[in-house]
Amino acid sequence: MPEINEELRKMQNTYEKILEDLPETRESVIPALQLVQKSRGYLPGDGLEFIADYTDTPLANVYSIATFYSQFYLEPQGEHTVKVCQGTACHIKGANEIYEALLGKLGIAPGEVTPDGKFTLTTVRCLGACSLAPVMMVDDKVYGNQTPDEARDVLDEYRD
Amino acid sequence: MSEELNTKKTQVLSEDGVVKIMVCAGTGCQSSGSLEVFDRLQEEIDDLDENIKVGLLSDNGNEDINEVEVEISGCHGFCDEGPLVRVDPMGILYTNVVVDDVESIVEDTLKRGKLAEDLCYRSADGTLYAKEEEIPFYKGQRRLVLGNLGEIDPESIESYKETGGYNALEKALTDMTPKEVWGEVLNAGLRGRGGAGFPTGKKWQFTYEEDADQKYVIANCDEGDPGAFMDRSLTEGDPHRVIEGITIAGYAIEATKGFIYVRAEYPLAVKRVNKAIDDAYENGYLGEDIFGSGFDFDLEVKRGAGAFVCGEETALISSIEGRAGRPQPRPPYPAQSGLYGQPTTINNVETLGNVPMIIRNGSDWYSSIGSENSPGTKTFAITGDVANTGLIEVPMGITMREIIYDVAGGMDSDRDFKAVQIGGPSGGCLPEKHLDIPLGFDSLQEVGAMVGSGGLVVMDENSCMVNVAKFFLNFIQDESCGKCTPCRDGTKRMLEILERLTEGEAKPNDIDRLEELSHYVKESSLCGLGQTAPNPVLSTLRYFRDEYEAHLEGRCPAGVCFDHE
Repeated sequence: MPEINEELRKMQNTYEKILEDLPETRESVIPALQLVQKSRGYLPGDGLEFIADYTDTPLANVYSIATFYSQFYLEPQGEHTVKVCQGTACHIKGANEIYEALLGKLGIAPGEVTPDGKFTLTTVRCLGACSLAPVMMVDDKVYGNQTPDEARDVLDEYRD
Repeated sequence: MSEELNTKKTQVLSEDGVVKIMVCAGTGCQSSGSLEVFDRLQEEIDDLDENIKVGLLSDNGNEDINEVEVEISGCHGFCDEGPLVRVDPMGILYTNVVVDDVESIVEDTLKRGKLAEDLCYRSADGTLYAKEEEIPFYKGQRRLVLGNLGEIDPESIESYKETGGYNALEKALTDMTPKEVWGEVLNAGLRGRGGAGFPTGKKWQFTYEEDADQKYVIANCDEGDPGAFMDRSLTEGDPHRVIEGITIAGYAIEATKGFIYVRAEYPLAVKRVNKAIDDAYENGYLGEDIFGSGFDFDLEVKRGAGAFVCGEETALISSIEGRAGRPQPRPPYPAQSGLYGQPTTINNVETLGNVPMIIRNGSDWYSSIGSENSPGTKTFAITGDVANTGLIEVPMGITMREIIYDVAGGMDSDRDFKAVQIGGPSGGCLPEKHLDIPLGFDSLQEVGAMVGSGGLVVMDENSCMVNVAKFFLNFIQDESCGKCTPCRDGTKRMLEILERLTEGEAKPNDIDRLEELSHYVKESSLCGLGQTAPNPVLSTLRYFRDEYEAHLEGRCPAGVCFDHE
């Protein structure tokens, strides 16, 4: 069908543009995955295929790399990604209570997206802001010295 | 106090006539709002008209000075008192500064030359400290590698050069042969700051002695240990030091290409180091024929993608080559066959941060600091249940007791000290009785811990040691790459036992089984991750076995586990 081909070609052009500065070699697989994810919010199948082609790397290897590193997502993510730090300092300062409170508030399982598409909630192994433990991060912003109530309030700021 | 400040101010100001306000832009202070403080300060300073600027110093009778600069700085380390604002040349440190405090800094300190006392640090006994270096947190420290943090603008190469930056590179390239460079580092006794403590000069010598067309040098900034952020702060706060260090390393081993591998979770470090690399190229400290010496060196940043195991050198190499980061058996060591099969040196960024001052001041100077087998200083991220958490740098040979009670100000509550976790998932928990051991690579290993990368987490009696061991095993299970069986499956079985213990479902011989498994995993895993993974379990078993036994009986002495009962 012509429309689908048209769509595909458009996507291909987009990927080509995203990756234009990268050499077409295997070393580019990880940077390419990072760029595509940055642009699309996750790694769609056609993105993986394009990267495999572009870097001359078998698709299976690209998939293996995408699933090995915790930074990559194969499913669409919420508009905002909430990461609760589970580093040592945060752990002993009560990070779990924050995490449970947010899971409760959002009513989702770890890694899931809220039905309204607003949030994804995950944990992260140390954000390196240990002096402010317990810490959480919404997108690129770090929130320190959180209590369960404060953490819930932070999410409300992102609601509107 | 303010009397003395004013005197000092007049003295120093008469030399260069600039008041510098440095706002900490480390990750900790940024998340507490330091950039908003910076913006407001900038606005207020811009609004000052010429007359007021002169008025600022008229108290001291010095009319020549009329310039105020506002800059950002790297991490001061005193993170839980942030956002931090330093006023130079007086050396005043203002703590917990919020946007509304800016007015007081401008009105009191800048216009009237007075201390804004409300913003000064006060210790628990109420003593007010105006100057940064007088605060007890800094007194017990020896800040060499972190010396520039908080005092220079990490985004300005000029700022780094004013501290003598790139002099060491010039000296190495124009006055020394590569052999002399690694010889100096070898004589200095510098040992790897990434954890294992291998002599850096030896590593360089091995790579230097390999004959190859292309060699590589890599700076490891894949700081993955939970509870550690030294490498992040150094790279964010003084990126040129790392660049100077790696370029000297490149010269010493005759490599012409270097990489700085930065962890995915550190976007600010990536940004700062990229800017620094561009500036270094522009100034001729990278690229072709550096200092007219004929030495060429190219440097680029590689970003990690979220895998703890990539801190292991062979896994890191796989990651740069564009593969999943799984370790390879050693030998061959990277010095023989590393990146793309070529001889490669991999050093931790803190290790490289030590290099410029060794070249500048000589190995004798360096080896006079610290202890005999562990010269120099070590940076630590001290966190947990202590009064002052943050980033510190202390001479080797200091005791853990001095670190916890003098530098970090002791426990943050009335509760007693229980243990200090050192070395992250590869290290161990030390009890009170070992707090007087002098800090060193070998001395800590003897008691079942390790210096590691530098995470120090202090725990009071409310922490359950079995739960802490479970925490680390959980981490290891998540991060095991799955390549070798002992690590992949062994740590899983260990975790299951710890889960049973903490949930009240333990079997009578579980503790013995856990201990036995720990030894198997330690001895038979492929890489450092698995070989050191049992350490948190073994060290807690060694010093807190009674807690494990209590869990067998369904009791958690700290009251952490069995929360369903």
